[in-house]
Amino acid sequence: MTDPETKHRPAAPALASRLLPLAGIALLLLLWDLAIRFSRVPLLPGPLAVARAIGELAQKGFLFKHVVASLFRVTWGYLLAVAVGVPFGILLAWYRRGGLALAPLVEVVRPISALAWIPLAILWFGVGDLSSVFIIFVASVFPLAVASMSAVEGVSTTHWNAGRNFGLTPGEIARRVLLPAILPRLLVGLRLALGIAWLVVVAAEMIAVDSGLGFLIIDARNAGNRYDLVVAGMVLIGTIGLALDAAMRGIERLPALRWGYAANVSAEAA
Amino acid sequence: MKPRSPLEAVLLPAAAAAAIVALWWAAVAWTKTTVFPSPAAVAGGIADLARKGLLFAYVRDSLLRVAAGYGAALAVGIPLGVFLGWRPRAARAANPVIQFLRPISPLAWIPVAIVLFGVNDSAAIFLIFLASLFPILVSAMNGVRAVPAMYRQAGENFGLPRRALLARVVFPAALPEILTGLRIALGVAWIVVVAAEMIAVNSGLGYLVIDSRNAGKRYDLVVAAMLLIGVIGLLLNVLVQRVSRLRAVRWGFREEAS
Amino acid sequence: MISASSPEPAPGRTKLAIRGLSMMFRGADAEVRVLEALDLDVREGEFVCILGPSGCGKSTLLNIVAGFLPPSSGTVRIDGEEVRGPDPRRIFVFQERGVFPWLTVEGNIGFGLGRLPKTERGKRIRHYVRLVGLEGFEKAYPHELSGGMKQRVEVARALAVDPDMLYLDEPFGALDSITRLEMRRELLRIWQAEKKTILFVTHDIEESVQLADRVVVLSARPARIRRIVEIDLPHPRDLSSRRYLELRDGIFEEIGLAHRV
Repeated sequence: MTDPETKHRPAAPALASRLLPLAGIALLLLLWDLAIRFSRVPLLPGPLAVARAIGELAQKGFLFKHVVASLFRVTWGYLLAVAVGVPFGILLAWYRRGGLALAPLVEVVRPISALAWIPLAILWFGVGDLSSVFIIFVASVFPLAVASMSAVEGVSTTHWNAGRNFGLTPGEIARRVLLPAILPRLLVGLRLALGIAWLVVVAAEMIAVDSGLGFLIIDARNAGNRYDLVVAGMVLIGTIGLALDAAMRGIERLPALRWGYAANVSAEAA
Repeated sequence: MKPRSPLEAVLLPAAAAAAIVALWWAAVAWTKTTVFPSPAAVAGGIADLARKGLLFAYVRDSLLRVAAGYGAALAVGIPLGVFLGWRPRAARAANPVIQFLRPISPLAWIPVAIVLFGVNDSAAIFLIFLASLFPILVSAMNGVRAVPAMYRQAGENFGLPRRALLARVVFPAALPEILTGLRIALGVAWIVVVAAEMIAVNSGLGYLVIDSRNAGKRYDLVVAAMLLIGVIGLLLNVLVQRVSRLRAVRWGFREEAS
Repeated sequence: MISASSPEPAPGRTKLAIRGLSMMFRGADAEVRVLEALDLDVREGEFVCILGPSGCGKSTLLNIVAGFLPPSSGTVRIDGEEVRGPDPRRIFVFQERGVFPWLTVEGNIGFGLGRLPKTERGKRIRHYVRLVGLEGFEKAYPHELSGGMKQRVEVARALAVDPDMLYLDEPFGALDSITRLEMRRELLRIWQAEKKTILFVTHDIEESVQLADRVVVLSARPARIRRIVEIDLPHPRDLSSRRYLELRDGIFEEIGLAHRV
């Protein structure tokens, strides 16, 4: 995959490639600042105002409180979704008939946005933390089930056959062939689902809770048009989302699992 | 997983659906709940909406919003993604920005959208645009980046100028990956339209979900709306998958021969 | 020269008996007949090559014999028993991608030895690592190995469980021609040492004449047995000898290929 621009020139120094991303971010910030300065929309904040807002949150101790609250809810909802969704997806792929019967039904429930579950969540769990966790659970469990199912379907026939050839019982095949073989794809699915869980935290925290980054965004606007806090919340969400994603990628690169990388597992965007 | 016959592919899910409806009906009858609707109530709710002409109107409105936002995302995302994929340096600069903006829920953009567009359709369409943009952009970028050098070289060998090279070699080669992104983006667009409608407008399936509850605890309509959302989402997904199966594109999706 | 010591003459009893084997696949519009009424006997300790052009169905044949696919009609018997499914007594050697990427070389080779006590396992693994010439790579993962090395891991894994029969499906197809020659030599050496019955599928005429006691030449789809060629050359086989060339050219002609390109 040669860069057509540098085909005939010596390779660019490593320093340049590290500066480029920073340059991109700097450019974005500059454009943002200029856009605000010259726009007729006085309400939207520029980057400096947002930075100040974050500082304000940190000073008052709210920063920590909101971040922890959101992480807490996402962790619970996500882990529950993993505990339910991954085995479910594996079973769907293992038992052909079950899979054929239930997979289309999962595909019907999956497009229902997390927000659309709010009325039912409130009905079943009342208003508060439990509903929020439920919303996150519902949003992550279906993508996880589908990812697990497709990971199992992606195990090469050769490996299945080799397992059968050596006289392994179905239980042994599940343990010694299936689980290791699906691990790389499953990890990618887990990473993507974590992204979804985090994305949904904003929707989840609309249910009259009183802490969390999602709550911050909604409340800041409702309580006094503090758009600098709104955007501060967005920035924090974006940053933490990036950090979570990077952490999961780090897990994918662990030495014990690196074979999956090398075995050309097609991951989503690099 | 391949069904052994088309009959199996239809019969099994239908049987499972019937079983679930039966369980649902039994659960409602057994717990004697007054709030959660029975399957019959939901069906009645749908019929009610159809009679009032609202069913068609709401579905149409939601679909139109999706079409507008998704179409805009296509118009921006594909050319931009192809450009970024073609110029790796630009991609390296843009990548952190994209990765940063991506996890921010479209819902978080709502206040911004409202300030920019006011509380109306444009805000909702803007949200859909934002949400669909990223999968399309990223898949176009990756699709073009992954085109093997030898394809480009073959094109250059045949004397193709840059624009023809992009159109006749790079874009078709990247198409399978782009189509995957399109499918994901359509799914996201459908989810977001429902979410956007809950907040910013007063028609559409999303609006129906919220309004039914707020205006009179009509949970039968809430569940009816959810079911419709789910079914239409599934149909949209199937539609894009059919497009992927067209002969012209199927080469990219063929499974590895075992 | 492919070197291996001469095998002891093995009139041997019948190990594998195929009768009337046919296979049909239901395609998109019509039925595809892949195999047509095949009959074949393989003696114990024999090295038999199944030769045919790509797509003729020889891999299907091997998969049926190995028990991974049920035939449309006909029977496959080994030691008189009908084959009903895969069996650790007859191990299939896939191409290098059959190796488990999540296990080391040791882990792969020891894969079928789970029921043995630890010391015995360790001994066997070490023996087969040495046999296929991979000392020093015990803890390596497959993605760190070359194609030829991965192939050797697979052969070692198959041998470690001491099967009666080995099925090899174009195992050297993904390797470069130099490595291929080396691997053939290795395989013959191992065959002499372990005295297994081997069924080897290939599309390479030279390969079949270099390796086999008998070559079963299949026609194009639907595959029938065109001819069974007895290769009466002792090992090590001289690739320039008249007899070798005669046998090779005979098969060329049987398949209908001229001597000039």
